Amino acid sequence: MTHWLIVPVVLPALMAPFIVLAARYHLSIQRVMSVATMLALVALGAGLMWQTSDGTVLLYQLGDWAAPFGIVLVGDRLSTMMVLLTAILALFVLIYAIGSGWDTRGRHFHALYQFQLMGILGAFLTGDLFNLFVFFEVLLIASYGLMIHAGGNERLKAGVQYVLFNLLGSTLFLFALGSIYAETGTLNMADLAIRVQGLEPGAETAGLRVAAVLLILVFAIKAALVPLHFWLPSSYAEAPAPVAALFAIMTKVGAYAIIRVYTMVFPAEIEATAGLHGTWLLPLALVSVAVGALGILAAKKLDRLVTFAVISSMGTVLVAVGMFSQVGIAAALYYMLHSTLAAAILFLVVDLTRHGRDTLQLITRAPVAGAALTAGLFFFGAIAMTGLPPLSGFLGKIMVLQAGFAQPAAVWIFSVILISSLVSVVGFGRAGSTVYWKANIVEPDPESEATAPSVMAYAGVGGLAAVLILLTVFAGQVHSYTQATSAQLFAPNTYLSVVLETPGKLSDPKGGE
Amino acid sequence: MELLVASAIGVLTAGGIYLVLRLRTFPVILGISLLTYAVNVFLFASGRLTIGAGPILNRYEDLTYADPLPQALVLTAIVISFGMTAVVVMIALGAFLGANDDHVDDIDDTEESAQ
Repeated sequence: MTHWLIVPVVLPALMAPFIVLAARYHLSIQRVMSVATMLALVALGAGLMWQTSDGTVLLYQLGDWAAPFGIVLVGDRLSTMMVLLTAILALFVLIYAIGSGWDTRGRHFHALYQFQLMGILGAFLTGDLFNLFVFFEVLLIASYGLMIHAGGNERLKAGVQYVLFNLLGSTLFLFALGSIYAETGTLNMADLAIRVQGLEPGAETAGLRVAAVLLILVFAIKAALVPLHFWLPSSYAEAPAPVAALFAIMTKVGAYAIIRVYTMVFPAEIEATAGLHGTWLLPLALVSVAVGALGILAAKKLDRLVTFAVISSMGTVLVAVGMFSQVGIAAALYYMLHSTLAAAILFLVVDLTRHGRDTLQLITRAPVAGAALTAGLFFFGAIAMTGLPPLSGFLGKIMVLQAGFAQPAAVWIFSVILISSLVSVVGFGRAGSTVYWKANIVEPDPESEATAPSVMAYAGVGGLAAVLILLTVFAGQVHSYTQATSAQLFAPNTYLSVVLETPGKLSDPKGGE
Repeated sequence: MELLVASAIGVLTAGGIYLVLRLRTFPVILGISLLTYAVNVFLFASGRLTIGAGPILNRYEDLTYADPLPQALVLTAIVISFGMTAVVVMIALGAFLGANDDHVDDIDDTEESAQ
């Protein structure tokens, strides 16, 4: 049993109280510890991913209690890939937060940031549904604090909406878990998968179906699927920029949970939950793509525009997930990597744009110091997000469309994604030309004292952009990795046997009682 | 007893949903509290209703015992929902004191865009 699997959860969990208790008044120590933790997490993520890349499933039994009685952490290709993605994103966003001085505008930024990471990484690694709920709560509690970091009336108001919406989501999650436990008597994902598959045809499954629908509702709220997306635009737009950029991974936690639970526990071929996948998820995901694109076109402010781009790109991810085919999930995973990075870049660029401007509305203002580089980065981010060649958004969309070719709804998938891409290109083009391109027609204010944003802030955005370029250049390798991941998801026998047949304390599944 | 527990959950949920749909933060927070009470009772019931039995197997007597797992789940859920209610009360108070307005919906931005 490898202990490395729990380190991504334990390390931030130890670092956060250390920062609060020992380094409370020393911002530089906080910064150093925080960055060091992120670097360690990136290394850990890469190590875990390398270990699982040959198809091994890593298992960590907490307290040495065997599943399904104890809680287990499980690392397979999907979880470790998401851990690495989170760590890389968090590292560069943290560099931006330090460079732009966001962490000085309120207290406990670094501690909350660590708790946030603990929750996200735990949610990716856990193999138990109730434990998933607990990690969701950990990441939400930290996100409430980060969301209202630096205060302000607008932000607090958006914060109230965000917290209330997520509290309702948590309540729904608990109702779903209660029904699942009442129906099956277990909450361990692997055990649950075996019990659901073992249901006799014709057995009473009303409770289980209710639970499956409630659960997908909860994950859809997290993934901002239309019509459950209303919390996203105002909270992401009002959140501090580095926080919004980190939140780019939080919608993916919802998508991850949908992929995990609905390929393993309730796969499409189970009779009891048949129809949930094709009838509901795919059409709603297509509506999300369209609503997001319309929002991009209709947005009056740059930050709202980016939030609708996030909704649209989450829709694309969920379209690919909603196919529930091996190629579909592979495409979804590649697009998920891309859309996390692209959304984070755009949120940070919006914050750089705010630098030296009085408003984020789409009004032309005089150019300020550093505007050229910011505009260039926006151009880069917009190309990536809308899916124009040559960046990974283009490749990701091609993969999604290719996977959609075999679907009965192929006409819809093609037309909605392609038309929405065109609409978002127009929306981004209009916003970009108003905010950046026409800036030279306005006379600069000679009394303006705005200086360019710091080099370190640009380094944060640039790092994310570099990762996105790597994702484009090595698209072939990454895609073959996501294909292997998807194959592993559709053949869960290794996962099930590793989780359920590894002996632990007081239980030896092979040797009997 | 099943009827009593089921209707209690139902009434709490219905009242909670009604309050959550109100426009001001105070009723909404009350509604969320009612919903969390409902879900806590619901979680208890998910381990089947048992009267007068310990949450542990007893080797000397009969095999009646209460399912211990939902009790552990409820404990976790209570702690989390209690803490969350406190957090949301603080944030809502901050927003109310800052803007002197406790509506949960978005501020009308027609004035802003008219500029």
